[in-house]
Amino acid sequence: MTDPRQATNALELKELSVAYRVGRRNRAVLRNVNLTIKAGEAYGLVGESGCGKSTVALSVVRYLPRNGSITGGSIALDGKDVMKLDAEALRRARADSVSMVYQDPGKALNPSLRIGRQLTEIFELTGVTGQAAEDKALAMLNRVRISDPASVMQRYPHQLSGGMQQRVAIAMALANDPSMLILDEPTTGLDATVEAEVLDLIGQLRRELSASILFISHNLAVVSNMCDRVGVLYAGMLVEEGSTRDVFNDPRHPYTVALLRCLPRGGQRKDQGRLDTIPGFLPGIGATIVGCAFADRCALATERCRAEPPPLYELGEGRLSRCHYHDRAQSLPRATPAEIAAVTPKQAPPVLQVEGLNKTYASHGRPLRAVKDVSVSLRPGETLGLVGESGSGKTTFARLLLGLVPPDDGGSIELEGKKLAPRLASRSEDQVKAVQIVFQNPDSALNRSHSIRHILSRALKRLGGLTGKTLDNRLEELVRSVRLTDRHLAVKPRQLSGGLKQRVAIARAFAGDPRIVVCDEPTSALDVSVQAAILNLLADLQSKQDVSYIFISHDLGVVRYLSDKIAVLYLGRIMEFGSSEAVFSGPHHPYTEALLSAVPKLDRTESARIRLDGDIPSAANPPTGCVFHTRCPRKIGTICETQEPELTEAQPGHTIRCHIPYDELARLQKPKAMEPA
Amino acid sequence: MVFLGGQVLPGNVGRAILGPFADQRAVDALNHSLGVDRPLLVQYGSWIWNFLHGDMGTSYVFRAPVAPFVVDALGNSMKLALVAFVLVVPIGILGGVIAALNVNRPLDRIISLGGLSVTVLPEFVTGIILILIFGVWLRWLPIAAAWPKGAGILTQIYYLILPSLPLFLVLFGYIARMARSGMIEALDSDYTRTAVLKGLRWRTVIWRHVLRNALLPTITVIATQTGYLIGGLVVIETLFRYQGIGSLIFTAARGKDFPMLEAGILTIGIVYAVATLIADFLYSVLNPRIRLGAEQ
Repeated sequence: MTDPRQATNALELKELSVAYRVGRRNRAVLRNVNLTIKAGEAYGLVGESGCGKSTVALSVVRYLPRNGSITGGSIALDGKDVMKLDAEALRRARADSVSMVYQDPGKALNPSLRIGRQLTEIFELTGVTGQAAEDKALAMLNRVRISDPASVMQRYPHQLSGGMQQRVAIAMALANDPSMLILDEPTTGLDATVEAEVLDLIGQLRRELSASILFISHNLAVVSNMCDRVGVLYAGMLVEEGSTRDVFNDPRHPYTVALLRCLPRGGQRKDQGRLDTIPGFLPGIGATIVGCAFADRCALATERCRAEPPPLYELGEGRLSRCHYHDRAQSLPRATPAEIAAVTPKQAPPVLQVEGLNKTYASHGRPLRAVKDVSVSLRPGETLGLVGESGSGKTTFARLLLGLVPPDDGGSIELEGKKLAPRLASRSEDQVKAVQIVFQNPDSALNRSHSIRHILSRALKRLGGLTGKTLDNRLEELVRSVRLTDRHLAVKPRQLSGGLKQRVAIARAFAGDPRIVVCDEPTSALDVSVQAAILNLLADLQSKQDVSYIFISHDLGVVRYLSDKIAVLYLGRIMEFGSSEAVFSGPHHPYTEALLSAVPKLDRTESARIRLDGDIPSAANPPTGCVFHTRCPRKIGTICETQEPELTEAQPGHTIRCHIPYDELARLQKPKAMEPA
Repeated sequence: MVFLGGQVLPGNVGRAILGPFADQRAVDALNHSLGVDRPLLVQYGSWIWNFLHGDMGTSYVFRAPVAPFVVDALGNSMKLALVAFVLVVPIGILGGVIAALNVNRPLDRIISLGGLSVTVLPEFVTGIILILIFGVWLRWLPIAAAWPKGAGILTQIYYLILPSLPLFLVLFGYIARMARSGMIEALDSDYTRTAVLKGLRWRTVIWRHVLRNALLPTITVIATQTGYLIGGLVVIETLFRYQGIGSLIFTAARGKDFPMLEAGILTIGIVYAVATLIADFLYSVLNPRIRLGAEQ
């Protein structure tokens, strides 16, 4: 404890205000933020997009966009006022004491320099050059546990996978042994298993290094696993702060309460009630705020809230809440009623029957089996969740269903008992209408130059064959069914928020009364409150219209919430298939087990995590025998390397592709009392 | 294409050479000796065949092999292009980089607007203005590009400065714009942020991280413009009475000297192709994503 750093705080923001200049006016983004991170502490900053989280990070390193400026307050790094530093001193501060890792490592690394060079230049700043710098770079790569660091040094960023790129970015950030490490959404956009690896790494490095951490994420569960204390940011203000355990288990601000309720937790399913949502929208940047910023969206708000801005009440034990009624925050009424119409299980014949579907691409002259021997069936009103890492064949499977790519000869896809032609062009109009898709990114899926009315009318014309008065009536109905209003019809997509755009995309898919809608990561780009609303909408539409979903998502909690059946894919093969309950509660395939254990959990019940080493192998050159044997933590012997296991029925309706017998899997997986997702 | 164009154009080769008062029999005899009375396909076949063997044909007008003319003209054109190139590439890139580093400030406005204004002016306009200013009024530079016989390199360059100035003006805008937008994109990129936050010196950030990525697209533009610099200078070469390949083609077209015309145009085509090839090659050498893409 003789570390001089103990004396000063690693980071201290005092009354920090930042504004962006938009349309010749300064608009407030951060409003008087006070925040202290002690030496060696990990502090999490959460909130929806647009709350100003990243602006905090960029202010600390003084790298605001050109139109951004700090309009008040102070920032102290290690006791030094960052705002008073001249250019050279600022450069030294960046070189010596603060580092930052952000989202999208592929862009953060210079595409035309070798990894080694990008690392050695950091050491050259401290006067270490040549071989010595190389050695230090190599040591740094070893430290972030990258496999084969010597060859990584010689490679360019595009030759590394996303997880490896982020490891390199972390290595670069830690190379100068910073006292402050800022992580801005470091795992967003990575696969769940890769995310888990990167988080593990950060956790381990924290113990080895002295750096304090500012961890920014929209993912509450990730923050809860990584941080000692957490601050909740809303409209550029800190609305709640406290120890992670307290804030997540006993929130004292209605916004925090509402955010936590939006997440499907503890294995919640669609038939157990709707998710709660947060009504209304975040105040736009620069909005004038009278009273409490959250009042418009808060069911507890009173006249006092609208007139008198609440101070940050001190609640003792380092807890703060910016709410007049912090003691009642948890009694916040639900914004969305939980109850839903009871669904009676149906025994209707399957709407979709897929048998022995294969798709082989040619890759550099070698066959690449993107989908291998997949058979599934789906009844009306059911959801099939597709789960697996990137490259497991989820999207290819969806494209085969949609007829965007033809499958190999052999297998068949039957829609309501009728065979679907392999190509979209040769499908009948009814069949085209019957299978629709909702994409991850509504921005690129909706034509920017058309109004919402035009987009939806066109869909109704093309898919529904409607014209004139009937079209107008149906349009109104459709718009109401996705809970948009008439005033949304006149605008162009860019004038709508992400959630509203996704509603339009869903309305478009439903224009022709589809039987099956493929949802490809429909909520991944959305905030949790918006995600909850979209999931509710999908569930409502399903119970009303008996439509079936193929639901693709990397968020297992979300998949579990919406799905009746789950197919776990790995290298194009189904590794496990069964009812959602059976797959999630287990016993499961070792791969499913690993996927589930990779999910960060809010309640911090840190179970022994199963780590998958390395990356998913290339489908062009799959491993022999069981394709998962190269990464399988439960590999039993040479049989796994030589013989591919059959997909065998373990229990009625639950099939697993593994050499380990079902009872044995049950015994192996029993000890952990773990509640996934 | 060129060959067909030449054949389809009205006019009789023999008549064009011998003049309107020549005897028709003489015209026919000439046509026969030139081989232009053979069927079109036969002519084309033998032309291609000869060209591939390095024989570009015989000029109708000069009654001598075309090749030495074309080679001479190409050499001259390349000299002019080289001078213009050496002037415009560094200055254009520098202008773009300076504009990008001062984006939306007065300096950027001056460079961008100035570059754009001179680019849109056709070279015969700027050429004439420049001749008036530097050649006639100030008398700093010779107005004709043809240097005295046996002049040394420096004199040759001296003579070529004025003709290359209009080219410089035309290309400066292009190159500066490309360099500017490439720079702005690179400066806004995440990897530049990474580099700055590493605490690297600003100069290192620019030289090592920004420039290389920023100038990749510019290289392609420069290379495609090289073709124009060598082959597209009919106006400039005529204006400055310079014996380049542009004026060679122009003269040949006027005199219906098809072998000369065809050889000249084909040569320019080859120059374009080679320039593009070099551009692609450079681009892939500088861009590891293309160079090493196949391993992925």
